[in-house]
Amino acid sequence: MPDRAPSPTQLATLLRPLIRRATNIAARDVIPRAQQAYGAAREGFEAATVRILGDDFDARVAELRERYQGGDPFGLDPDTAKLALGIVSVFHRAYFRTEVHGLENVPKGAVLLVANHSGQIPIDGMIIGASMFLDHDPPRVIRAMVEKWVQTLPWVNVLFRSLGQVVGVPENCRRLLQDGEAILVFPEGTRGISKPFSRRYRLADFGLGFMRLAIETDTPIVPVAVVGAEEQYINIGNLGGVARAVGIPSAPIVPQWFIPGLQMPLPTKYRLYFGEPMRFGGDADDDDSVIGEKVELVRQTIQALVDRGLAEREAVFW
Amino acid sequence: MKEQELSSGVLTREEEPQEGERRREERRSGGRREADRSHTEILLARMQSGPVAITGICGRLGRRLARQLHRERPVIGLDRRPFPDRPKDIEFHQIDVRRKKAQDIFRQGELAALVHLGVMHDPRGKSEEHHSWNISGFQKILEWVGRYDVPKLVLISSSNVYGPRPDNPQFLSEDVPLLGGGSFSDMRDLVELDMLAQSFFWKRPDIETVILRPSHILGTVRNAPSNYLRLKVVPTLMGFDPMIQVVHQDDVVQAIRLALEPGVRGVFNIAGPRPVALSHALKLLGRATLPLPHGIARRGIDRLWRLRMTSFPAPELDFIRYVCMVDDSRAREQLGYEPRFDLEQTLRAVDDERWV
Repeated sequence: MPDRAPSPTQLATLLRPLIRRATNIAARDVIPRAQQAYGAAREGFEAATVRILGDDFDARVAELRERYQGGDPFGLDPDTAKLALGIVSVFHRAYFRTEVHGLENVPKGAVLLVANHSGQIPIDGMIIGASMFLDHDPPRVIRAMVEKWVQTLPWVNVLFRSLGQVVGVPENCRRLLQDGEAILVFPEGTRGISKPFSRRYRLADFGLGFMRLAIETDTPIVPVAVVGAEEQYINIGNLGGVARAVGIPSAPIVPQWFIPGLQMPLPTKYRLYFGEPMRFGGDADDDDSVIGEKVELVRQTIQALVDRGLAEREAVFW
Repeated sequence: MKEQELSSGVLTREEEPQEGERRREERRSGGRREADRSHTEILLARMQSGPVAITGICGRLGRRLARQLHRERPVIGLDRRPFPDRPKDIEFHQIDVRRKKAQDIFRQGELAALVHLGVMHDPRGKSEEHHSWNISGFQKILEWVGRYDVPKLVLISSSNVYGPRPDNPQFLSEDVPLLGGGSFSDMRDLVELDMLAQSFFWKRPDIETVILRPSHILGTVRNAPSNYLRLKVVPTLMGFDPMIQVVHQDDVVQAIRLALEPGVRGVFNIAGPRPVALSHALKLLGRATLPLPHGIARRGIDRLWRLRMTSFPAPELDFIRYVCMVDDSRAREQLGYEPRFDLEQTLRAVDDERWV
């Protein structure tokens, strides 16, 4: 005859010592060790964040909140901006290990930062933004002009808006400059960002719009050179037809995108050079040729800064 | 709370005519002849205290305007709809403005101004009826305003005439082209109306034509934005969260009253408190949201529309997709307009049914 199944009370008496023992072990060994491990991990994480974000990150964010307290008309959201800056700073400080030169050249108040555009995806803009927020005193938020078609992309448009990026039309730029904001312009546009590798560091033609705005609003222009972005993705050509068919500005062929695990940009070393502010007078409605000459001056200054950076660097990756 | 707002409105109103008079005074001091002067004085007196005709007075905005205006000057109302429990001193004509009989009102009264609120927005109406009412009706009104020399015409257009577009600047000025009809045929009536008023502005320089383009009017009014925000569960578009501008209905009434001042003419954008992200507005109102992908939302609303289960036409989805905000600095500088309701009050006004 088989044993009767134990009644619940019997089961409880049997299990009680086991439970007590397990609790003892947990209380004596497991929990303190887990706490220790957690504490160590946390310390390590904090140390890492301080190394990456800098010890005054919170103070910088507080300054940002104060600046946009009443609500930004373009929809900048300090919380999203803080999160994004936290992520971008990992790239800025750890991944690309950006070297920044001449940040003291950026004047107070309204300013147009004009930079060369490169690297297939606009990481250069992110890094300039991170540098202006994390390295510049006081911290400044970069407002960049983005392509109109970005507005039609779900989520991306909300993200860009929350980060303080605005649609690239002159009216928006004018308003931001009147509010004393720092604006980042890539006058090469898509011509610059999707350059093939063979044309790296040769600046494409500049658009003229930024110069008209600078003259009209009497805003100083700070030329910025980004060195290191061209090598992050090797572009062997562009598919113009595909880009037009899909309705995107360019369709670069980057071989590494087709190799699993190599979608991230190569960890080149970024070098930023901020040149001395340039001021231009004259008539904003001048002929294209007159404006073009001034634009060419800016273009050559940036090209010279790029060339200087290229001459100074000894290796691409360190 | 509400009563307080209204009474403070009465206080500021007392000062406004004086400012208008001063502006007028400056204009007159250009060394004109005596006869001219007496004529302007008569006209000025007429513009300041003469009767104001309001078309579409039975709409919620019209009634609010009438209730404020009738205390200080005669008000003549025109509408096809009845006007229940109207104040006794409002002269009301229940007629179609396209009828010949409506002309008598212009002929008899020395009208100081005509405020055109009779724009039909009912998206459910037949489009031919719509068009005929809006365009022929307004053309008739323009004809009579011109023939009987009504010194002022105020049209309440809308910032919708600019249209929500991905390449819109964040704040549209009064001078940008009116592209609102491009993707949304129901808006074409309004754009056409706005254009008619603009050409009237140039054709009749002796008549002060004012076009007001307010952003989304919120309150007890039954317009698309208010209805949208009144929904229990508010559908939004997944991945889109544009900045929006809203304006309280009483701020629009205030803007109309400022537009009635002698000397005021031109096109004015009217915006309320600071712009806000749509998601933030819905959070402030405590609404549950239902994010839908754009394609599905568009097709779904199209179907519901055909089944007559919604009053939102699918192209209106662009208003919760792209930005369509206006720069109201001209109204602030030239009209002296200043929104009195803050963001929260303006948004909450859609739930306010006490003062219908």
